[in-house]
Amino acid sequence: MELLANLGTGFSVALTLPNLLYCFSGVLLGTLIGVLPGIGPVPTIAMLLPVTYALPPVSALIMLAGIYYGAQYGGSTTAILVNLPGEASSVVTCLDGYQMARQGRAGTALAVAAIGSFIAGTFATLLVAAFAPPLAEVALKFGPAEYFSLMVLGLIAAVVLASGSLVKAIGMIVLGLLLGIIGTDVNSGLQRYSFGIPELSDGIGFVVVAMGLFGFAEIIINLENTEKREVFTNKISGIWIKWKDLKEALPAMLRGTGIGSALGILPGGGALLGSFASYTVEKKIAKDPSRFGKGAIEGVAGPEAANNAGAQTSFIPLLTLGIPGNAVMALMVGAMTIHSIQPGPQVMTNNPQLFWGLIVSMWIGNVMLVILNLPMIGIWVKLLQVPYRLLYPAILLFCCIGVYSLQNNVFDVLLTAAFGLLGWIFVKLECEPAPLLLGFILGPMMEENLRRALLLSRGDFTVFATRPISAVMLGIAIIMLIIIVTPSIRKKREEAFQE
Amino acid sequence: MRFVRSPKDFWAGVMYIVFGLLAILIAREYPLGTAARMGPGYFPRGLGFLMIALGAILALRALRISGTKIEFGSPKPLLIVLGSVILFALAAPKLGLVVATILLILVSSTADSEYRWKESVIASVILAVFTIAAFSWGLKLQLPIWPALFG
Repeated sequence: MELLANLGTGFSVALTLPNLLYCFSGVLLGTLIGVLPGIGPVPTIAMLLPVTYALPPVSALIMLAGIYYGAQYGGSTTAILVNLPGEASSVVTCLDGYQMARQGRAGTALAVAAIGSFIAGTFATLLVAAFAPPLAEVALKFGPAEYFSLMVLGLIAAVVLASGSLVKAIGMIVLGLLLGIIGTDVNSGLQRYSFGIPELSDGIGFVVVAMGLFGFAEIIINLENTEKREVFTNKISGIWIKWKDLKEALPAMLRGTGIGSALGILPGGGALLGSFASYTVEKKIAKDPSRFGKGAIEGVAGPEAANNAGAQTSFIPLLTLGIPGNAVMALMVGAMTIHSIQPGPQVMTNNPQLFWGLIVSMWIGNVMLVILNLPMIGIWVKLLQVPYRLLYPAILLFCCIGVYSLQNNVFDVLLTAAFGLLGWIFVKLECEPAPLLLGFILGPMMEENLRRALLLSRGDFTVFATRPISAVMLGIAIIMLIIIVTPSIRKKREEAFQE
Repeated sequence: MRFVRSPKDFWAGVMYIVFGLLAILIAREYPLGTAARMGPGYFPRGLGFLMIALGAILALRALRISGTKIEFGSPKPLLIVLGSVILFALAAPKLGLVVATILLILVSSTADSEYRWKESVIASVILAVFTIAAFSWGLKLQLPIWPALFG
């Protein structure tokens, strides 16, 4: 029972008082930004990275992870009460959750969301604990060719599973890879794309890129849309759930957990994809699909379980392969490098305390979220009534100070403003910024592995096809691309994202 | 540009081509090396060509397949938000965080269509106090707080 021993190690780390506090502040903050539309986990984690410099690495990661899955809880509250997705992954919760609220069943909807999330969180934690060690074992045998192919597969999968134009998304990845090159080349010492600016010799910080593209650009776009948001002011007299409702919702929760966990592991998956898939499945298998969109309890239970499960299992590729599957995981890579931990299979063996502590903290965090959220709904509702005109200057300020304090240099602040402009252009041209961030993080690793693989094979490119694991991964990537450009499937994919 | 059917895709394609060209142009001085011994110019130039190819596909396809127009709102939010950040960056090192914070809040607040100046003055004071308390005393960040004249 190695698993139990490992979980024991995890509990001994996660249950210390400081780590409990960091976990608590993480999930609290996560819920807060989850509730507030207009600020997501990416800029928040980017904003807090400088703050975690001073913390021990375990505590830092526990807190940052808490923000991510906490945001999934918070997002559902806003979706149900205001009919606005607090987080992107709560979009589908709006459909039936808000309708339930209008029928006076807000309490039930909130309770179902919380219970579903908790069940999903518990299951996903066990899944991470069970699957991470064998996967890491495999990954330890990877050579540079395998790593390169794995990253190609990861990046392709990330764009295939996302919505929107494929060519555009691949272009964003390549642009990200190019941005990642900026700085000093580790092998030759040559300065690349730094234009003689000393601040660029270490490369662009990922906080700068993430904050500009996600934080600033989002604020500008929000201000351009002058629509007023309506807060559902109906009184919520406590959160309760009847046994009958729970019995109806439970199968959907379990299905959602399964779907979310599976999709979360895939690159590009994370929380968003799972919630969409779960909603589609629930609608398909329902005896009476016409109830959906009119307050069907399964339409809340399934997606809410799925997004929380997905948020957690998306840590698997990060912790075992060192490959981030979505923008939040890309930031976690950044957080680990700040503390000079190289993400990848060796984390588990070199830092078992960190690895298992983080995993167990996710479960503890889920317990905290249930206890926290049910009685605190009232506070979140009050918070929702704070107008955006008061919120965004404060968000802007924290972004600026966060970037400024990275290296005590205002050059980074100016650069963030430039990325804000770029992010605004991207929104106007409908270019998703998430693939760019993935490419940006993976760029240096990809170049290094490509270089090494070709050095070992004496310049022979067939090495990627002759080594079996590498060949399989490239094969899957190519099949994915072929499938997606097949007209009939492309149509279905578009339909799926339309819903 | 009547022949462009999908402006969003077309301009995204143009943007990719420009980035690709820039990448190759700047990298032309970096030693290329061979596949077995990749020089610092190998990877960037490869990416540059890929970028141009993707941009070309996107731009050409935009002539055939129609798409939605690019929608611009008022330019005010873009200019004010980015302007206030640049102002913060210019003010912070010499004038300190307090002045920079107040400037940032006062200027950036005007971007909202429901701007109320009294509110933003109060907000700027509260946030300036909070900034000092949280970042300087709480997290002990080593950033200048007051104008250089006084300190």
